[in-house]
Amino acid sequence: MNVTLKVWRQKNSKSKGHFETYKLNDLNPDMSFLEMLDVLNEQLIHEDKIPVEFDSDCREGICGQCGLTINGRPNGHHHHTTTCQMHMRHFEDGDTILVEPLRASAFTVIKDLKVDRSAMDRIMQAGGFVSVHTGSAPDANSLPIGKMDAEDAFDSAACIGCGTCIATCKNSSAALFTSAKITQLATLPQGEIEREKRVVAMVDAMDAEGFGSCTNTEACEMECPQEISVTNIARMNFEYNRALLLGKK
Amino acid sequence: MLNAKIPDGPLEKKWKNYQEHCKLVNPANKKKLDVIVIGTGLSGAPAAATLGELGYNVKVFFFQDTARRAHSVAAQGGINASKNYQNDGDNVFRHFYDTLKGGDFRSREANTYRLAEISANVIDQAVAQGVPFAREYGGVLANRSFGGVQVKRTFYAQGQTGQQMLLGAYSVLMRQIGLGHVKSYNRHEMLELVVIDGKARGIIARNLITGEIERHSAHAVILASGGYGKIYYLSTLAIGSNASAAWKAHRKGAFMAGVSWVQFHPTCLPQSGDYQSKLTLMSEALRNDGRIWVPKLKGDDRFPNDIPEEERDYYLERKYPAFGNLAPRDIASRSAKEQIDAGKGVGPNKNAVYLDFKDAIKEYGAEEIGDRYGNLFRMYEKITGMSPYKQPMMISPAAHFTMGGLWVDYELMTTIQGLYAVGEANFSDHGANRLGANSLLQASVDGYFIVPVTIGNYLSNEIRTGKIPTDTPEFDKAEEDAVERLKKFISIKGTKSAEYYHKQLGKIMFHHVGVSRNKKGIEEGIKLIRELREDFWTNLKVPGGIYEVNSELEKAGRVADFLELAELMAHDAYDRDESCGAHFREEYQTEDGEALRNDDEYMYVSAWEYTGYGKTPKLHKEELTFEVVKPSVRSYK
Amino acid sequence: MGTSVIFKNTLIRKIFMSLTGLFIAFFLIIHLLGNFQLLLPYEQAHLQYNWYSHLLSHNIIIEIIAYVLYATLIIHILDALLITLENRKSNGQGLKVDKRGVNSSWFSRNMGILGVIILLFLILHFKDYWYMYKFGNIPVDEKGNKDIFLIVHESFKQGWYVAIYIVAFIALGFHLAHGIWSAFRTLGVYNKWYIKLTKYIGITFAILMSLGFAIIPAIIYLKNL
Repeated sequence: MNVTLKVWRQKNSKSKGHFETYKLNDLNPDMSFLEMLDVLNEQLIHEDKIPVEFDSDCREGICGQCGLTINGRPNGHHHHTTTCQMHMRHFEDGDTILVEPLRASAFTVIKDLKVDRSAMDRIMQAGGFVSVHTGSAPDANSLPIGKMDAEDAFDSAACIGCGTCIATCKNSSAALFTSAKITQLATLPQGEIEREKRVVAMVDAMDAEGFGSCTNTEACEMECPQEISVTNIARMNFEYNRALLLGKK
Repeated sequence: MLNAKIPDGPLEKKWKNYQEHCKLVNPANKKKLDVIVIGTGLSGAPAAATLGELGYNVKVFFFQDTARRAHSVAAQGGINASKNYQNDGDNVFRHFYDTLKGGDFRSREANTYRLAEISANVIDQAVAQGVPFAREYGGVLANRSFGGVQVKRTFYAQGQTGQQMLLGAYSVLMRQIGLGHVKSYNRHEMLELVVIDGKARGIIARNLITGEIERHSAHAVILASGGYGKIYYLSTLAIGSNASAAWKAHRKGAFMAGVSWVQFHPTCLPQSGDYQSKLTLMSEALRNDGRIWVPKLKGDDRFPNDIPEEERDYYLERKYPAFGNLAPRDIASRSAKEQIDAGKGVGPNKNAVYLDFKDAIKEYGAEEIGDRYGNLFRMYEKITGMSPYKQPMMISPAAHFTMGGLWVDYELMTTIQGLYAVGEANFSDHGANRLGANSLLQASVDGYFIVPVTIGNYLSNEIRTGKIPTDTPEFDKAEEDAVERLKKFISIKGTKSAEYYHKQLGKIMFHHVGVSRNKKGIEEGIKLIRELREDFWTNLKVPGGIYEVNSELEKAGRVADFLELAELMAHDAYDRDESCGAHFREEYQTEDGEALRNDDEYMYVSAWEYTGYGKTPKLHKEELTFEVVKPSVRSYK
Repeated sequence: MGTSVIFKNTLIRKIFMSLTGLFIAFFLIIHLLGNFQLLLPYEQAHLQYNWYSHLLSHNIIIEIIAYVLYATLIIHILDALLITLENRKSNGQGLKVDKRGVNSSWFSRNMGILGVIILLFLILHFKDYWYMYKFGNIPVDEKGNKDIFLIVHESFKQGWYVAIYIVAFIALGFHLAHGIWSAFRTLGVYNKWYIKLTKYIGITFAILMSLGFAIIPAIIYLKNL
């Protein structure tokens, strides 16, 4: 199959970007989108041009490092997928495909399609943990946790930190990402002790990074590769309001 | 010359003994000591966090954008721990024995025992961090049996155990970074190890955003840089997984051991074209209900469902009636390769075997099978566009885990003083083959519990050293070498990309030092590797410059190291005239095609010393002595 | 908690939004019930409505509540403005081609626009009735109450005027359809069952309110054709 690509090229975080058009011929429909970009880069190298920079690592949908805006939507026109799991067979022969980085003002473009998502790490640093140091843990079975609670906690914990939720939100809100961790730890007894401190610190960090408010459009849930539910956001709100009412702010 | 520094005493007392007598650093002095950790996987992240908790100044370096991307994240199955929660007769000794036997008796008793001994603590630690392992209705932890062992000792979090374990470690690392105990350097790559007077004293790193070359000094360096299975190009590993940190250490004097011991995972998606960048692993659990077969007829092009039962060869069931489709990974991989090599491979590229759920669906119904494997089936369909409910899956073996790595002693110190290797980067606990669900365990045990203790024994002698300056001749030289090399890559201005060389190398390795090897093939392989390396240094093309984001430059560095490591792997495979674990030398097999171990001559770990670029490495033997266990023959008949 | 925190914290901003929104929504019920008096038989409606209006404007408690309501409305508007501006800032330069809209309902994304329509309507509404009642020169009915009914009734005879009202109530309906359950979520209703319940309540409420408010001018208009 043949496609025409319009790719966002930006030399570094300070320079202004623009679109470049490239034509690719004889692609195999079984290729993943990223493998298609590999082919493009091989072509560019042979033409003595600078290849397109983009992030990817595991290429099996779990590490969260890849992520591109394809035709105006993060990770392309399928719901619940990462860019690496988007295959060319889902495009038509002769398509023109627009490729942009994931957009949010908290995500600075490093080069071309690579963005800096370290703001998400800083939210985690504020409170996305149980303060337990190595060696101090009691026996794992000393703390019974209901099967359903464990499964709910898992569903929240499955977040891969890819930033799709943020990029797909019209407000660039990090609510789904932040709330998934808060909910995981609020669901489990291990998180109980630091419950109020955690939610307040993480929400403050989220705001300090310049992410927007959640206005409950629920677009994040529709795109999340791990299908993290927006009920996590509700839980974060509950936890936060509870902390406020308890005067733990 | 090689001293593994195994502590005295009976096997079950050795680690206790060590801890009782090792030297300690008092809290006030820890502040004066710097430690560098390379990598944030399930070994590096816990090591960095734990050392930070203890009070050391820790710097952690990794090439990804955040610590949570490390490839431990992709492990699916589970993590072993001999907790005996199921009351099925499990205990530390059994876990130790299964691991040792699984590794075909090519690992140290003491290390392997310690792995099993500490396993329980890892689960406690993870649960305390909030890792949501599967539970029973009563609220206690659930277990499953994994990797063909007779007890249920595997803890799991759906099919994402690695992710959950890694995120647990990531969370404690984030906490330490937030507290300022650990400083994180994301998008940084280690280019050189700095050794001063025989001691590891720091690294040269490249900032992958600005391209700047940085010097970082430390009193000890821990390599947690993972395995090098990506040398085969097509593997289950991440695109960025590489051997460079380990190889740089090797060039500076750290021995590498068991390097040709590579585990090929039998249930991966086959390659569909030359463009392919990786092979996705499908959980081994599929083999519980799926039946593996190939057509009896060579080059049978019929649609699989049209091939009648009597014209199918369920070769694993035929050859290994006791274990059948659940035969260990190495056997399953090797058998698949045999069938493919014999011209019975299936699929458009004739490079796969069928994994058929037809009978399971008939027996349990599509719904029940969907409950068990629904997410895997969806994943398969997403990638291949074919539904395993309607036609057999196609699978093929792919490089997965490297048992070999940097040689380390009982303290996980390499042959360079103050340089440690943990997790998959070292060679130690798995012998010639790794037991399923032991890799998350080994990484965790090394990172959380071993290196934070053993490093104190070394650093206690460093409290008077003071801050290590970075303006010494050794740092100058290391930086010069690093920059020199980067400049060289760019100045070749040839015609072929680093990716091209990586793909070529992958093919050579797969065919000559792959699932099975033979003397002639390896010899040829070495020749091809050398030719390719020559070509690389004359025809490589790296666009762009040094002081900017330049993925091609990063790739070139990694491929250059792979090209050297490849030859070492070939030498290692060549030297070992026996078949053991994942190392199957075709010349050494029984009449019915089983691995033939040679305990009289090869009961040692091959530790290789670097002797110079392109020169034959020097072999050092660490003899293995088995005091408690008597090596037996692995049989899955 | 300083005032700076209130304005910087995205969650607290949203709490203000939801509480003010719910308060206004609650007022809508009362308002609608009062308005239904307009549909009584002409003579009865005439006197009763004027009496009712007089009652509302001459009771100190209701007066206070009214001012609280105005304040609430202003907070709701200003907060919305603040949130919208901040969110725009967070979204940065945005996408060159933006197709993210397929993931959510248009009204959930455009609460601001719906709000502006409602606000414009409110300005008209206040000008024509509230201002007239308070400061305008309007006749009195036989009981001596200001004859606001007459003014309302006359205005609803005009087609274009009724059309504006109906458009505004449709906007209100969509605003409520997203706003009500969204407010509950912001307040922290996270149980899956209750989330469903608040969605049903929110949407039912939205339909009832927009329909209820819309039929009054429509009926008066149709009766007088």
